[in-house]
Amino acid sequence: MANIMYWEAIQRAHDEEMARDPLVICMGEDIGVAGGTYKATKGLYEKYGPLRVIDTPISEGGFTGLGIGASFLGVRPIIEIMSVNFAWLAMDQMFNSAAKVRYMSGGQLTAPCVFRSAGGAAHQLGAQHSARMEKVFMGIAGLRVVTPSNPKQAYGLLKSAIRCDDPVFINEHELMYNMKGEVPDGEYFHPLEGSEIARSGTDVTLFGYNISVHWCLKAAEILDKQYGISAEVVDLYCLSPLDRAGIKASVSKTHRAVIAEEDEAPVGVGSEVIAIINEECFFELDAAPVRVHSAMVPQPYNHTLEKAAIPDHEDVVKAVLKLFGKA
Amino acid sequence: MKLEDKKRVLREMVLHRRFEERCYQAYIERKIGGFLHLYPGQEACCNGVMEAARPGHDYVITGYRDHVHAIKCGADPKEVMAELYGKETGSSKGRGGSMHIFDVSKRFMGGYALVGGPFPLAAGMAKAIQLKGGDEIAICFLGDAANNQGVFHETLNMAALWKLPVLFVCENNLYGIGTAIERSTAIVHQHKRVCAYGIEAAECDGQDVEKVYAAARVAVDHVRHGKGPYFLELMTYRYRGHSMSDSRGYRSREEEEMWKQRDPIFILRDRLIAEGALTMAEFEAIEKETDAYIENEVIKFAEESPEPRVEDLEKYVFADRETQRPWLTGKAA
Ligand SMILES: Cc1ncc(C[n+]2csc(CCOP(=O)(O)OP(=O)(O)O)c2C)c(N)n1
Ligand SMILES: [Mg+2]
Repeated sequence: MANIMYWEAIQRAHDEEMARDPLVICMGEDIGVAGGTYKATKGLYEKYGPLRVIDTPISEGGFTGLGIGASFLGVRPIIEIMSVNFAWLAMDQMFNSAAKVRYMSGGQLTAPCVFRSAGGAAHQLGAQHSARMEKVFMGIAGLRVVTPSNPKQAYGLLKSAIRCDDPVFINEHELMYNMKGEVPDGEYFHPLEGSEIARSGTDVTLFGYNISVHWCLKAAEILDKQYGISAEVVDLYCLSPLDRAGIKASVSKTHRAVIAEEDEAPVGVGSEVIAIINEECFFELDAAPVRVHSAMVPQPYNHTLEKAAIPDHEDVVKAVLKLFGKA
Repeated sequence: MKLEDKKRVLREMVLHRRFEERCYQAYIERKIGGFLHLYPGQEACCNGVMEAARPGHDYVITGYRDHVHAIKCGADPKEVMAELYGKETGSSKGRGGSMHIFDVSKRFMGGYALVGGPFPLAAGMAKAIQLKGGDEIAICFLGDAANNQGVFHETLNMAALWKLPVLFVCENNLYGIGTAIERSTAIVHQHKRVCAYGIEAAECDGQDVEKVYAAARVAVDHVRHGKGPYFLELMTYRYRGHSMSDSRGYRSREEEEMWKQRDPIFILRDRLIAEGALTMAEFEAIEKETDAYIENEVIKFAEESPEPRVEDLEKYVFADRETQRPWLTGKAA
């Protein structure tokens, strides 16, 4: 096991796959000579050259479509979109071309692309650089969506996404690239579907994904130490399709659920998980499930307002205490 | 340009330079957060164009490198700095930040973070001017790399088709973040890209404010007199990194030095000195006064201003409910 950073894990997955298959390429803004905004493609340009590590113009719609077109003929492009905020410009091609082509061609054509993008709110980047957009991607038929919460997942999900014949969107997080974690030394493929129990518990399930898994883990720690509440943390690293069985299993055990999301509440992961709970295990519930989420505002620049707009582990603790009638 | 205008513009450019350098310092001191894109090196572009236009009357829009454009349009430097400090007195009430300076009272219609986003917005404002019959024009300042967005071409086509009163100013500083223009763009000289749309275009040295002014006079007259859009390319250079987290590994120190030899402030200063209209001592006094103004008024105002209140987090998401009640409830009076 190597203890490496999230960005290093992503870089390693690129490197291994590009070494194995000459048709694996990567493309995006400033990914080549500059090595990537978050270093996720560091050193690849020097190793694989400009034909396979492509610095693109600022043409998200164009280069995303170009990557998808290349994938029609068997190329496996890993397309980096610098920030999810810019992915709006690429969504037409991602949604209308990549996600639908298999279906509308009756299975003749497929777009085995990987789209990677940095999501989440970092520090004071303002309204046009702080969007959390998982809710947008996870509602599109034909597109798989995963979101790694640690370096092992970042590595293993990218490896699987490159091999998978479906288009996969990988939602990363601006604040997590320098997070360290254990990654297997040998080749490892993380399943593109399912969920993971990040901490086992009996009294309440805390559902998180990506950065909110860490809020949940921290909250579980506090709940255990200070309040004697045993929280289970379920990591929903796959947002589409959501793991119905995993959600059902955990709620059937704990009978209570809190969903923590960095996104705003409407049409989000929380509403979706609660719908699944209703459909799968409503009669197992001891209390109504609760969402912890951002305020419904464009992200403010001011530091204090920004903090007020985005939840953290303390909000998760508060939600659980309320659920138990302790607050 | 008239002598007194040249002297005033020199003073303004010094303010623009020192303001930005002071932002740099404030960022290091963590008074300013987020992304910060600074303008030193490019001052002659905004100044030359806006001297030929009518600040406060013409509508101006730009990208995230927007402080100087706002100030040149008439925004109060104190309010711009307060915005960077995230204060309630800031030009966007602390909600926008560096990339989103707005002063609609001065017709500075904002800084936008998505590359290329302002192109069609500028054309849309020009459409409104056309409909309303005013003599204003819309001016869109953007960088070279923005021209690689599809919306650039979509906008040029519509602007030409409908003869919209819009001036596109391309500040070609040869880089888009860390990618040199030759590596991202098939043609370095951007004005050549617009001729297919039948749009008038010109290229000009962007370091000499008088040359920019002369070229912009032609451009502004063309647009204001109903002859349709115009595209003005200004060849320039940004001294600092793209934003604060840029160590400039993609270009050489020699190249930077070469451009600093053509500093827009020094070009104008030296010309005024050669003409006998200014002395070095006077110039140094301008710098001192500017620094004192920035410290004693601009920074002081930003420091002392209050933060927005957390209760107001949701203010400005929508129009005030009361004013919209008939339409929100279906009960028109
Ligand atoms: C749609 C979009 N894609 C990418 C970015 C990231 N980005 C910010 S500035 C920039 C470079 C723009 O260069 P240019 O247009 O030449 O303007 P300059 O910064 O040189 O003034 C990039 C790629 C963005 N903000 N928006
Ligand atoms: Mg540029």
